[in-house]
Amino acid sequence: MKKVIALVSLSAAIAFSSNASAVTVTLACGAVGQELELCKAGAARWAKKTGNEVKIFESPNLTNDRLGLYQQQLAAKSSDIDVYQLDVVWPGLLAQHFVDLKGKVPAAEVNAHFKGIIDANTVNGKLVAMPWFTDAGLLYYRTDLLKKYGFKSAPKTWTEMALMAKKIQTGEQKTNKAFSGFVWQGKNYEGLTCDALEWVVSFGGGTIVDASGKVTINNAQAAKALDTAASWIKSISPAGVTTYAEEEARGIFQSGNAAFMRNWPYAWALGQGDDSKVKGKIGVAPLPSGGSRNAATLGGWQLGVSQYSKNQAAAIDLVRYLAGPAEQKIRAIEGAYNPTIQSLYKDKDVLAKNPFFGSLYSVFTSAVARPSGPTKSKYNQVSQAFSTAVSDVLNGKMKGQAAVAKLAGDLNRIKGRGW
Amino acid sequence: MTVNPTAPTRPIRTRGIEAARARQAIWLLLPTLIAIALVAGYPLYRTIYFSLFEASLTTPDQRTFIGMGNFWFTTEDGVALGFLQDPKWWGAVKNTLLFTVVSVTLETIFGMIIALVVNSAFKGRGILRTAMLVPWAIPTVVSAQMWSYLYNDTFGLIGRGLLGGQALLANTDSAIWALIAVDVWKTTSFMALLILAGLQSLPSDMYEAADMDGASKWTQFWRLTLPLLRPALLVALVFRSLDALRVFDIMSVMLGNVNAAATSMTGYARQALIDNSLLGYGSAVSVAIFVIIMVIVVIYVTAFRVKFD
Repeated sequence: MKKVIALVSLSAAIAFSSNASAVTVTLACGAVGQELELCKAGAARWAKKTGNEVKIFESPNLTNDRLGLYQQQLAAKSSDIDVYQLDVVWPGLLAQHFVDLKGKVPAAEVNAHFKGIIDANTVNGKLVAMPWFTDAGLLYYRTDLLKKYGFKSAPKTWTEMALMAKKIQTGEQKTNKAFSGFVWQGKNYEGLTCDALEWVVSFGGGTIVDASGKVTINNAQAAKALDTAASWIKSISPAGVTTYAEEEARGIFQSGNAAFMRNWPYAWALGQGDDSKVKGKIGVAPLPSGGSRNAATLGGWQLGVSQYSKNQAAAIDLVRYLAGPAEQKIRAIEGAYNPTIQSLYKDKDVLAKNPFFGSLYSVFTSAVARPSGPTKSKYNQVSQAFSTAVSDVLNGKMKGQAAVAKLAGDLNRIKGRGW
Repeated sequence: MTVNPTAPTRPIRTRGIEAARARQAIWLLLPTLIAIALVAGYPLYRTIYFSLFEASLTTPDQRTFIGMGNFWFTTEDGVALGFLQDPKWWGAVKNTLLFTVVSVTLETIFGMIIALVVNSAFKGRGILRTAMLVPWAIPTVVSAQMWSYLYNDTFGLIGRGLLGGQALLANTDSAIWALIAVDVWKTTSFMALLILAGLQSLPSDMYEAADMDGASKWTQFWRLTLPLLRPALLVALVFRSLDALRVFDIMSVMLGNVNAAATSMTGYARQALIDNSLLGYGSAVSVAIFVIIMVIVVIYVTAFRVKFD
């Protein structure tokens, strides 16, 4: 009996003491595809290791909605969320609200990541966030259908892609009315900016605003790129593609109703899942070229610690853990989230699960950044003006030439006295 | 608004009591007035205040006074920066007014028909009156999501089934009609309910007398029902018009925030204020919306002599 009492009091004492030092950290995770699941699992592993607790804050799916919510939290200096998941285009916009991780995270740990992404997260010498996973636009295709219609390899140019998509669509629609050739993100939001930037760059039309801050979109190649994309609608893409975001496109491709899809790497792991109708039939290639180069827009998410967090030390530790090699490896294997740590692209387990990581390595390292650097806090307006102009071309309201000319005017208006 | 000290009929004897009552009423109303000042007055004051500044939502402390610059301002290079110079704002105003006029008109007509039907005596009237309220009871965000599935071009009942694969919501010009349909579906029952309440206050002996005099049902409707229903109808119209002018949720859910900014004034304000964190500019837009709604209320109240009591 005495023993039992001693045991109980001892364990109570242990529980009490560990409770006293443990803190609760709130982490804001996205919920596209498997994001939320993986985020919860990773946070739980850290919690188990350190004895702290993690609360998960579920953010909206669309990146624009997320930003709005975060800005309100940050403007109110709210301590509700300790660790934020940040889009690669946000550091310039939100830098002042985040803890400078330089010096707080060992330099060797920082340098293990791609230099370009660390640069994107560094604003005026301040390391705003640690890279968590990187993203670049990819072309997904159905290997079985390409074979069925006599194509040997993935398309190299947009023209080739459109021809292949048309042929496959015509053939498949005989038995499946809902089948379409090519699905992508055509809804008027940040995703359309990413897709359209890929077209424009691949045609040699520049990056909307160049590194020096000059508006460069008003050129013939950019106009041609937009007109080309508009020609896909109702011929190889469904009319509704102009209302699709990532998940709508994936839904159609994964249910076997599309030959080609433009999407981010995360769609790979889900397409290989047991509930996927196209499991084992998916190929991944660089996005086609418009004559200039193959271009993929750089995406990706980072983890930053809020300045208003009451548990900064624990929050930084959580960020270091989640952005570290062990966690990035798990995420790469389970969710096909691209690591930002170079050495993981040579990891056997990662490559076995995601064979395209090795062959498309150059796509990830040469991805095109959106002009969030030069346009600073006005990036969002630039992106909206761009996606709206693209949307007008896609919906047939305007021709490419007129749209880029008007867009250049709009962008100069947004620029005002300077970015 | 309903503070209505009735004129004293016997001034000498009751003035004391009346005055005491009025004083008491003021004390009783005071907490409410303070609450209104805090939750409505102060934000309104802040909005008007910020509309005169250039400020960011993330750093409201660092602001510069620019007067009416958010409304109308042209730089030396001829670049127009005020929102009143932005064609997108005027597009949003045009779309909101179109939405308001068409949806409120249709809702009034359909609401009137439904109210007349359920006001007449027939079997199962109770069930019908309850069923009629179902669309109104569903939260707008839910019904908007439901409708955007219906409009989907690949699996939607309307988009695929009726229209054969058209994407109504892709283009803001066609989307506005799709949105009007959703609003009419949703709020007609609310209109019908308000009109029904008005109908039930009409005396039935009046209709009996009209029947005796040999007036047709048609004449009865135009000569008796409609004129007597006017006060109730106008109040309902004001409510619905104000709601429609402030519409935000169905656009935001069905079109996404960027296109919502092109179809509703509130969407435009939200985009400026939240997405672009332009605190001053967004506040100026909000002030403009406030003024537009005020003007419309004043027009309603004076032109139709609406009484709220």
